[in-house]
Amino acid sequence: MNYTFSSKTRNICLALIAIGVLSLVGGFLTDAHRTWPSLLLNSFFFMAIGLGALFFMAVQYAAEAGWSAAVKRPMEAIASYLPYGAAFLFLTLVLSSLHLNHLYHWMDPALYDKTSPDYDEIISGKSGFLNVPFFLIRTVVYLGGWILFLRAFMKKSAIEMQGYNVSNWKSSQQLAAWFLVFFAVTSSTSAWDWIMSIDTHWFSTLFGWYTFAGFFVSALSMITLITLYLKNQGLLPEVNDNHIHDLGKFMFAFSVFWTYLWVSQFMLIWYSNIPEEVTYFMDRFANYKFIFILNLFLNFFFPFLVLMRRGSKRNYNLLFFVGIVIIFGHWSDNFVMIMPGTVKEHWHFGWVEIGTMLGFLGFFGFIVLRSLASRPLQNKTHVFYEESVHHHI
Amino acid sequence: MENHSTANVRQPLILEEKTYHQITEDIAKPIEGKANNLFKVVFTISAILALWGVGCFAYTIGTGIGVWGLNKTVGWAWDITNFVWWVGIGHAGTLISAILLLFRQRWRMSINRSAEAMTIFAVICAALFPVMHMGRVWVAYWVFPLPNQFGSLWANFNSPLLWDVFAISTYFTVSLVFWYTGLIPDFATIRDRQVKPRMRRIYKILSFGWSGSAKQWSRFEEVSLVLAGLSTPLVLSVHTIVSMDFATSVIPGWHTTIFPPYFVAGAIFSGFAMVLTLLIIMRKVLNLEDYITVTHVELMNKIIILTGSIVGVAYLTELFVSWYSGVEYEQYAFLNRATGPYWWSYWSMMTCNVITPQLFWFKKIRTSLIATFIISIFVNIGMWFERFVIIVTSLHRDYLPSSWTMFHPTFVDVGIFIGTIGIFFTFFLLFARTFPVIALSELKTILKSTKENPNPPHH
Repeated sequence: MNYTFSSKTRNICLALIAIGVLSLVGGFLTDAHRTWPSLLLNSFFFMAIGLGALFFMAVQYAAEAGWSAAVKRPMEAIASYLPYGAAFLFLTLVLSSLHLNHLYHWMDPALYDKTSPDYDEIISGKSGFLNVPFFLIRTVVYLGGWILFLRAFMKKSAIEMQGYNVSNWKSSQQLAAWFLVFFAVTSSTSAWDWIMSIDTHWFSTLFGWYTFAGFFVSALSMITLITLYLKNQGLLPEVNDNHIHDLGKFMFAFSVFWTYLWVSQFMLIWYSNIPEEVTYFMDRFANYKFIFILNLFLNFFFPFLVLMRRGSKRNYNLLFFVGIVIIFGHWSDNFVMIMPGTVKEHWHFGWVEIGTMLGFLGFFGFIVLRSLASRPLQNKTHVFYEESVHHHI
Repeated sequence: MENHSTANVRQPLILEEKTYHQITEDIAKPIEGKANNLFKVVFTISAILALWGVGCFAYTIGTGIGVWGLNKTVGWAWDITNFVWWVGIGHAGTLISAILLLFRQRWRMSINRSAEAMTIFAVICAALFPVMHMGRVWVAYWVFPLPNQFGSLWANFNSPLLWDVFAISTYFTVSLVFWYTGLIPDFATIRDRQVKPRMRRIYKILSFGWSGSAKQWSRFEEVSLVLAGLSTPLVLSVHTIVSMDFATSVIPGWHTTIFPPYFVAGAIFSGFAMVLTLLIIMRKVLNLEDYITVTHVELMNKIIILTGSIVGVAYLTELFVSWYSGVEYEQYAFLNRATGPYWWSYWSMMTCNVITPQLFWFKKIRTSLIATFIISIFVNIGMWFERFVIIVTSLHRDYLPSSWTMFHPTFVDVGIFIGTIGIFFTFFLLFARTFPVIALSELKTILKSTKENPNPPHH
């Protein structure tokens, strides 16, 4: 059975896209300074969900996971958003480099000019890394590299559809291993570049892994949402309660993992109380207190307490709801990562921010669902198809 | 828990055509047979080393920790290096039995028993060091928050050292219970095979009157799953807290946020290296090659690549961020590590931990037992140097240049370390002769689905 992207669903996506376009245009006309960070936030966040899904798919190959073969298509469809998200992000960063916005404080040339009153010795010291040409080159390497890997995976996947093929599976494993190596480095460095450098003075060695944990659990939740949506349409008969239970376990486990990294970063900086580090949390606590604390409830307490029970990981409606909360929670966590360094205390959570988010969500949904409809949902010749269909825990 | 269908591409986990009875025979043999001379020689050497260590311990207690090489600037060195090294090694066992259980990795069944035993012995060795470092070991119980009349006035809840006490004692207790729970049905099997009444009585006590009824099995499986769930956060918590002993401070080289997950990855890395070192020998000596196969070794090597690469990424992250931070002290700490008087320890660490495990990308190397054995020794050495680099190079350059110094271990330092290695091997050898070294009843559950030349899956 194949998924058909019905005109009703398509119209919902298009309506959301229209809201997004209106919000962005309206935002730029009324308060551009407020709108840019919102564009960066959503470009990055949804791109990262695609990347997280690609990562999870690669892990399935590298780890020889059998159970997940039946839910491979949702992963692949989500990953197919990656180039579109990358295009938005790249555009935003190029516009920053052209000084059309002031998202990245370090792009201001006055900081490096010893005669200028704005000269900043610390930021000058980072100029070997933080300079526009090198920044854009790195961005191209990260985004381009990930897209090339995605295309290679899609090619392997097409061969996989043509028949039982062990050598193709083995070469997919190798591809996955290479991707994981590339990802291990670029997932951290890209987080330093695109997000950590917003608060230019500040640094944290854990930042890359922390960012990864956030988008990975969002991607896992998105895979669950798409799978449940397809089940709700009467599709994916091969996917049974045990697969859903496993996806729920992943959502649970990586919510805890995110919290672990959150605590590691926050607690160590708080405990040592070194001025140049603790300022990061001081800012957030001074101006973003409510949302900063809310994030812990959305991303830890809620999924932890609800998903702890076995039954709730097998309750489709409840799991769907938790998935939405987790994704929103991490969107909101990214909000607190990006806003304080860009708009400081003048932040809003109003029609521009909500509208832009909805617009990106609509666009994301459009691309993902269109991709789902383009190929059969199941591949009966996958080497682990049998294992996955008979999955029972 | 069992898969109903196994893909053809999966490697068999038990070689040769075994029957259930043959598995019992193979695994009970080392317990029921007589020790050979090789065993006696190795055991004697281990026991002598252990005794030498006990002697050095006694000397330290009698004279005071002034007999160690510590000085005012380098107040933590050899002892804490050994502590962290041993605790790290003690991570593989519970990871294999708990996390790999949750991930349904069936290959863990041949190795979890001995890895867990190793965990317990390693944690015992580790705990000796902070206890000795207290100086007055006879009041070691003061670390516990007891009522004040027992002297615990000094338990400081703000200190990660106290968190260590809780983290390690919890980890030790749960690991021991988990290990023992798994042993109960296997002890019963040994009990039923014993012909000597005295041995029979001992194994009868050890097996807690296990009768093998369906109800007992059901409870056994339930409790295993609960313990796995409990142990999983414990595997992460112990080395997280150990890393916080350093990272909560303001010392350059110690205070860095990546420490908790990076220490955990390093611990698993070193734990698997030690498991490989031991099992490559054990499978040969105890004739368990059909159960601990090259596939098992290859899979463990993949975990070594994974965790070794995580550690490598963490090293480079620290190095980069120390420069990026613009903080002079941070920059100096890392420059000094690589080019200062302890450069050799830094480069030993880099070579052993970052470069050698990458050789496992070659299938030929990761499926070669000799290469694996050599690299596992490299990793053991590298992980010892890692802790030495972190601890000693960060301390020996104090904020005041007049306090700058070097650390020189004394014969007591070296003796205690060698002694713990002796203790570890003595325990492990005793274990290998008296306990079923493979979880035989658990292993039997996968016999049908992982036999060599499995039947094609049903459609």
